[in-house]
Amino acid sequence: MTQAPPAGSRLGSELDAEELLTAYRQMRTIRTFEDRVHDEFATGDIPGFVHLYAGEEASAVGVCMHLDDRDTIASTHRGHGHCIAKGVDVKEMMAEIYGRATGSCRGKGGSMHIADLSKGMLGANGIVGGGPPLICGTALAAKMAGRGGVGVAFFGDGASNQGTTLEALNLAAVWHLPAVFVAENNGYAETTSSTWSVASDNIADRAAAFGMPGVIVDGFDFFAVHEAAGEAVARARDGGGPTLIEMKFTRYYGHFEGDQQKYRGDEVNQARQTLDCLLRFRATVTDSGRLTPAQLDQVDTEVHRLIDDAVAEAKAAPKPTVADLLTDVYITY
Amino acid sequence: MARTITYREAINEALAQEMARDPRVVVMGEDNAGGEGSPGEMDAWGGVLGVTKGLYHQFPGRVLDTPISESAFVGAAVGAATSGLRPVAELMFIDFMGVCFDQIFNQAAKFRYMFGGKAVTPVVVRTMYGAGLRAAAQHSQCLYPIFTHIPGLKVVLPATPYDAKGLLISAIRDDDPVIFCEHKALYDLAGEVPEESYTVPFGEADVVREGGDVTVVAMGRMVHVASEAAQTLASSGIGCEVIDLRTTSPLDEDTVLESVEKTGRLVVVDEATPRCNIATDISALAAQKAFGSLRAPIEMVTAPHTPVPFADALEDLYIPDAQRVVNAVKSVTGWQR
Amino acid sequence: MSGSEGSAIQTVTMPKWGLSMKSGKVVAWLVEEGEEITPGMDLADIETEKIAGTLESAQEGVLRRIIARTGTDVPVSGVIAVVAPAGVPEADIDAVVAKAQQDLAAGLVEEQAGPTQASVQAGGRTICYATLGEGDQVIVLVHGYGGDKNSWLFLIEPLAAGPGGEGGRRVYALDLPGHGESSKDVGDGSLDVLAGAVLDALDALGIDAAHLVGHSLGGAVVSTIALRAPSRVRSLTLVAPVGFGTDIDADYLRGFADAGSRRELRPLLARLFADEEQVTRQLIDDVLKYKRLDGVDAALHALVATVLIDGWAGSQQAIDIAGRLAGTDLPVAVVWGSADRIVPVPGTTVGRWLVHLVEGSGHMVHMESPHAVRDVIEEVVGPPAGS
Repeated sequence: MTQAPPAGSRLGSELDAEELLTAYRQMRTIRTFEDRVHDEFATGDIPGFVHLYAGEEASAVGVCMHLDDRDTIASTHRGHGHCIAKGVDVKEMMAEIYGRATGSCRGKGGSMHIADLSKGMLGANGIVGGGPPLICGTALAAKMAGRGGVGVAFFGDGASNQGTTLEALNLAAVWHLPAVFVAENNGYAETTSSTWSVASDNIADRAAAFGMPGVIVDGFDFFAVHEAAGEAVARARDGGGPTLIEMKFTRYYGHFEGDQQKYRGDEVNQARQTLDCLLRFRATVTDSGRLTPAQLDQVDTEVHRLIDDAVAEAKAAPKPTVADLLTDVYITY
Repeated sequence: MARTITYREAINEALAQEMARDPRVVVMGEDNAGGEGSPGEMDAWGGVLGVTKGLYHQFPGRVLDTPISESAFVGAAVGAATSGLRPVAELMFIDFMGVCFDQIFNQAAKFRYMFGGKAVTPVVVRTMYGAGLRAAAQHSQCLYPIFTHIPGLKVVLPATPYDAKGLLISAIRDDDPVIFCEHKALYDLAGEVPEESYTVPFGEADVVREGGDVTVVAMGRMVHVASEAAQTLASSGIGCEVIDLRTTSPLDEDTVLESVEKTGRLVVVDEATPRCNIATDISALAAQKAFGSLRAPIEMVTAPHTPVPFADALEDLYIPDAQRVVNAVKSVTGWQR
Repeated sequence: MSGSEGSAIQTVTMPKWGLSMKSGKVVAWLVEEGEEITPGMDLADIETEKIAGTLESAQEGVLRRIIARTGTDVPVSGVIAVVAPAGVPEADIDAVVAKAQQDLAAGLVEEQAGPTQASVQAGGRTICYATLGEGDQVIVLVHGYGGDKNSWLFLIEPLAAGPGGEGGRRVYALDLPGHGESSKDVGDGSLDVLAGAVLDALDALGIDAAHLVGHSLGGAVVSTIALRAPSRVRSLTLVAPVGFGTDIDADYLRGFADAGSRRELRPLLARLFADEEQVTRQLIDDVLKYKRLDGVDAALHALVATVLIDGWAGSQQAIDIAGRLAGTDLPVAVVWGSADRIVPVPGTTVGRWLVHLVEGSGHMVHMESPHAVRDVIEEVVGPPAGS
């Protein structure tokens, strides 16, 4: 069953001030992290490819705030936001992006493969559609462990057309798994628009085909995301099976850094000014007096310092050496 | 005590004993039980060739039938392995690897390295390979060289019931991803197998027969073809040393090289098609590391560079047989500069 | 060996050395046609996949015909030679030879009953054993560390046959816990556990009392049984036993427990024998297969800690049986290979017992010189009653 987006922004009265501050801090951290990587990448210092999540913060944070150490997430090539929201160390992430030995993956994975299994973060994934099947597995393990754990697969509109995703949706329904599938529809799969590449009107319409509830959410609205995600996670924990949530929003940067984005219209400027999740969150919580601007500014300052430090430390960190080249292919061989 | 059982029964026994010993071991695959959702009985098949029969009832909730969605359930096995389970997923025919190869070679194989040594992915993918059952082009291939090529995977090819049980127990206990290849024409092969659980290590080839004139390296079903040829050649006074690789990754280079250094002649028997197969790998190894000992060119006995034909007359020509191995051995022993 | 229908014509047959032996090859004949044969004489060197040994004659007469040429495979119980008194006509010999060759060619050799294999439940464990013979006199053979019942392969048939070939004796070769095909759990690995398991097995087999023969650690085990339950023991034969000296090759014990590959095992197993040729590829493979059974690793490690002072890292024997056994009235015999590198010969005597020294044999003296060990056992055991 496809639901329309919730009217207006909810206050999320179930969140206390501390939680609201945490939500803001996490979203701000992602935004600042991505903006900074955008700037640093342009200097040529960062090797390889990066795919930035700026604009989509509410999705990662709104969902992950419902998760704990019983739960796992799978991500995409655009994974920095999911990593941060799931608690992966920010400085280790930055070092990994710079290919340093102090990185989350000791410099051997890079931006597209940042992972922290100890925090239930199965990794950013360089294969479009690589995540959903993995989450069927972690959800199966969670179901067998019987502790109420869930698996959340974040994937994009591009991946929503990948056979692996569709198979995973079916399998999760057939096996009645505690899974949540989050389709982050940011409007583009590389250069092709999702309105063209997705045959149905909405990705969430596909949920019915796989016998699970489908929800459409304004991905710029933290509170809408938080509420929809809460329902889906609770359903999974209670043994009610999987849900497909479609976030509708846009990404502020290109597919990868270096993408000239000639295929786009003016939607980014519009979004930044009127739809931006951080602006709206700030307005909502300050208008209602839940938090003060000073509190939020304080978070902004702290986050900027954290990211500054992360970049400085990453640049100063050693690179892996030839000794690291051959290690960790196997546990034993 | 040891007694005689089949290759199929040995694999079933390995699964049953490991599932009994370790509650984290779960089995999943198409028709691994058989009957899910159907009105008749459950465990209707126990696997398409009966290899997993009986496990469904013996271990309730731990043998899962799957829809025909290899990428989903092989991927699920991989994900579940990172999450505390020790799954044994069945890729029914190795020929189907095309629909789930990403989960194996881009995900499972690379987690440990890409994540800086912080992932443990103890997944086993059991799969059937090989020609001889007239199953035709898409159900008869020997694609283990492709898996062997991938860093991060281990590839196992038992030739006997004893090795099948021991190697599968080792595979399930191994914390790395393992591709366990079962030749479908070997399921009825009988052999002595201890009742107790035991392991056979990876990276240890088996010298099936000692001999001083030619080293014959083989794997899987071809070990029996090589042994048959060796028996024939013995009556001509040619002593073949037959080596069963048992695992192609890790590879027991030392046993092969020691033998080639002793005999000076090498024939490799590989049912896989000739471009970039295991035979080429072993030949390069010998040429590189035992060059000084070689007294004749290396011979490879393989399938032709074709898909597997259906007609029995053609399939019988496709599969390397003992006569071709005999010819290859005579060629290297009779070789003059 | 069997008598044939012609009055005094006897056939020499391929022996069954080991439960899994199917065939063997004569590597060398040590006697010639026309030579006078007496019991105990070495007839031929025979090789199987697993082991090499020397076939001893059980008969008297003249070696009239050699049938099996060196290098050919002969199935167990296949006729390899004909022995008869000098007076028996050549034609009669020819007839026997012809029939034997026919049978061999047609594959009609009926394997004569060798030892049978079985198991009993004893004290919560499965104890596997091989047994041969019928009679009131019982001999029980107990192997050593890392071994199994097959190490007695050259002795089971001759012992069961008795000194006169008349039988009257039941012979058992047991697999100790942690070994062979018995349960692999050895508890704390102490002598008490092992001795207790053997006693439990004797109970389960309905054996009131037996002549015990123990090799190496098995020697310490049977001695422990004799101390604990003397009424169950008629005599002790100790073959290169542990517990009667201080020196031991501790590196061998540890190495054997830790070895994981053929390469690692070969030099270790070679130390067991005076003649390193005894270590065939098949022997090594069999040992490897045993070591890879679940539970064996733990069992071997526990046993090493039992045998050595200071446990695993020790360098000398911890067990001292000689002193405690001194007071026994049981008949005791001790036999040792002079070239034993694992448990060196401690002296010409241990306690009040003479050490029967077998020149040129190593630690596995019962495999390298089975006839010598058999003679020692026969002497202390005495002939079966009524024979």
